[in-house]
Amino acid sequence: MAEHHLTLPLDEATVRGLGLGDTVYFNGTFVTARDEAHIHALEKAEKGEPLPFDLDGAAVFHCGPIMRDLGDGRWEIVAAGPTTSSRMNNLEPKFLRTFNVRAIIGKGGMSRPTVDAMQEMGAVYLAITGGAAVVAARGVSEVKGVHWLEMGMPEAMWVLEGDDFGPMTVAIDAHGNSLFEAIDAEVERNVPSIRQRLGLD
Amino acid sequence: MIPDSLIEDVVVQMLRNAVTKLPHDVEDALVRAHATETDEVPRTQLKTILDNIAMAEDAVTPICQDTGVQIFFVKQGAVETGDLVEAIGRGVARATGEVPLRPNTVHPITRANHKDNRGVRMPYINIEPTAEPYLEMTVMPKGAGSENMSQMAMLTPSQGIKGIKQFALDTLVRAGGKPCPPIIIGMGIGGSADISIHIAKEALLRPLGEHHPDPDIAALEKELYEALNEIGIGPMGLGGRTTLLGLAIEYAHCHTASLPVAINIQCWAARRCTARIHPDGRVEYPTHPGGA
Repeated sequence: MAEHHLTLPLDEATVRGLGLGDTVYFNGTFVTARDEAHIHALEKAEKGEPLPFDLDGAAVFHCGPIMRDLGDGRWEIVAAGPTTSSRMNNLEPKFLRTFNVRAIIGKGGMSRPTVDAMQEMGAVYLAITGGAAVVAARGVSEVKGVHWLEMGMPEAMWVLEGDDFGPMTVAIDAHGNSLFEAIDAEVERNVPSIRQRLGLD
Repeated sequence: MIPDSLIEDVVVQMLRNAVTKLPHDVEDALVRAHATETDEVPRTQLKTILDNIAMAEDAVTPICQDTGVQIFFVKQGAVETGDLVEAIGRGVARATGEVPLRPNTVHPITRANHKDNRGVRMPYINIEPTAEPYLEMTVMPKGAGSENMSQMAMLTPSQGIKGIKQFALDTLVRAGGKPCPPIIIGMGIGGSADISIHIAKEALLRPLGEHHPDPDIAALEKELYEALNEIGIGPMGLGGRTTLLGLAIEYAHCHTASLPVAINIQCWAARRCTARIHPDGRVEYPTHPGGA
């Protein structure tokens, strides 16, 4: 499986070239967005209002970091692991189609409508190790800014500069394949023998 | 009397210990899991987890950005204390700024965030009277990724042990990779609806490798742990041999017409810290003997 060190923003050809299980690192600017930032961004788009950060070709990180306030609008990143992506399942397909985002970074995977939207638009889902918040924070060289801080530290949109941010694993590619669906199928195959072992049949 | 100010200081230190350094039993289990995996993807996940643990300890910085909500288990021994609940609350607020912790605690409907992890009934404090000559406090910062996968069922007595096992299997499959596996499963069997959930969480306080003193319950723990670990969900749900680091059961007697069962799931970052405060002001941290 290949290893890629990519520069943001991403173009469609690069993203379509990523294979399931490949390892990816990012250099360049990307943003965080959780439940409330997704909702807020989509509301703004519906009203025809611009976003404070251009998401065309962007990478969006499902993350609510711990930041230390250094004053004068400056912030230090303390810990920044991924949050559970499935909470955004009902928002992500529209989010991908509206903003032309090229990569979602998170943990735990996302459901079929998101896989389909990624195939259609040319986007990938990158799994980064859940809980490994210090490793992730070390891959951020600078906190460039924050938007919508009134939604709270976890829910705000943080603008981060990646410096070999990773490792991330391509877990949903831009061709309709999901590593999580493959694991789900394997889990289903394993259930009957576990049931038998536990005397449930 | 143990002064409120000492309790407040100890709470800050407990939270710093808990969120920056895992207890040895958890770290050892993760090292063993890494040695067990053969495929590249689960090995990468566990290697990243072990690197992260070392970096967090080195920098005294939180292992995970989700420093949870702060659940306390207090054993109030034969010592005099002042306003214990207020002192713990002040300690949590200070730790939020000093460690720092992420301000996670919000109003359940308005989602308003007071930014100090204090709120109505939060931090949540369980107090149990004991006859010991000290005050013992354990904090479990509990993240939402794993907590959101909790399940509770009111089984019928006729569903019995099979129903309990089926519930455990269904809960694990439904959780999949979402609670940051490898996970620890805490099970509460019996009591009432609220008791089963409470003791499921209490089960998570037991160090990995220790079993329930009742040999039948210990055997059920072992049987479920070994069988469920064949599921194939793997570290972070990306496949692999290690889905569970442990499984602990607590039980309570229940109504003859009931069989409540609950599961509380703990992510791999199984953070907990215990402090004992003696009347002479001495403080011990049994889970963190070397400090944070």
